[in-house]
Amino acid sequence: MNKKETTREEMMAVEVVIGKIMRIGVLLAAGVMICGFILFLVHQTSGYPGQTFPTTLAAIITGVGQLKAYAWMMAGIYLLILTPVLRVVVSIYAFIKENDLLYAKITTFVLLILIISFIIGHR
Amino acid sequence: MLHTAIIMLLIGLFAGIMGAILGIGGGMIITPIVTLALGLDIKYAIGASIIAVIATSSGSTIAFLRDDVLNLRVAMFLEIFTTIGAIIGALLTGLFDPMILYILFGSLLIFSSWNMYRKLCRGQEVLKRVEPDHLAQKLRLNSSYYDKNLHQQIDYQVENVPLGSLIMFGAGLASGMLGIGSGAFKVMAMDGAMKMPLKPSSATSNLMMGVTAAASATVYFFNGSIRPEIAVPLALGIIGGATIGSRIMQILPSKVIRAVFIPILLYLGLQMILKGFGVTI
Repeated sequence: MNKKETTREEMMAVEVVIGKIMRIGVLLAAGVMICGFILFLVHQTSGYPGQTFPTTLAAIITGVGQLKAYAWMMAGIYLLILTPVLRVVVSIYAFIKENDLLYAKITTFVLLILIISFIIGHR
Repeated sequence: MLHTAIIMLLIGLFAGIMGAILGIGGGMIITPIVTLALGLDIKYAIGASIIAVIATSSGSTIAFLRDDVLNLRVAMFLEIFTTIGAIIGALLTGLFDPMILYILFGSLLIFSSWNMYRKLCRGQEVLKRVEPDHLAQKLRLNSSYYDKNLHQQIDYQVENVPLGSLIMFGAGLASGMLGIGSGAFKVMAMDGAMKMPLKPSSATSNLMMGVTAAASATVYFFNGSIRPEIAVPLALGIIGGATIGSRIMQILPSKVIRAVFIPILLYLGLQMILKGFGVTI
């Protein structure tokens, strides 16, 4: 087997693993959002006064425990925002597993820049 | 609320299908609808757009990874430049007038639309070079994909890696500073500069734009720009739409996708240039 074919098979293996994990992440986010929507239809209220909605993680977690519709919806959105980050993290693992050190390094570097941008964003 | 939710779900479905096929975020569809039709503040429109980008990206990526259409190495390598560009862009925001940037990036999109038109006329999707690009070989960027329209495996080479990286840096800068062009510039870099075929370019752009958007999305999430009653039905519609779109894209002839691209890039470019002159459409 020549070199080109091996790298191709390696790549397929990496992509299949990442794809499966992405699907779990997206389905989870969508599931939580749908739960929030159903809670809204059942309770006929967002669980919060007027036009307000929870915007801190603490308030969202509390609201999820109290089965508040908007808290579940915001939790689902947050999970969705995390799916691309999840994809980068899983890619590092997958590249290491396939012994592709160059791309494991490149992906780790991307994750670091991403973390820096998160920190800058939270100032 | 139920009425608005159904509208957002349908808009999402449409934006998701289009976004997945073209590899661009649905911002240009979402923003005018949310501001003009629903009369919401521009702040919430930007929040909704950024969620739309992530939903399109994550929704379509599942099929593109499974069917091996996208180029993971190209995505990872170029993400270095988009993320650095996005950070610098975010830091530079407010430091100087964005007018010149709108005009510059707008002109680039119009040029890229012209480029796409020329490629369409030539009718040749994959260019074969005798001498493979040295840097692309070293980074192992050359790959292949199975085209479900032509029913054959297509091998392709990647070229002009430095120029592609530079455009990607610009794409990151634009999305960090102006919050726009998350996908259009990425397709332009891969299809235009790096000579990748259109389908892997669009699929790879879809994968990449989620990462670029995720960083700014957390900012909008915690400052209250993302309204759940708008974003949730929109995101659910888009996830559904992107799942359908990522399948449609694979069976469409590349020519058709390219033909759809030309007016959209032209529209996006004109929209940005006008915005540079203070006109919002």
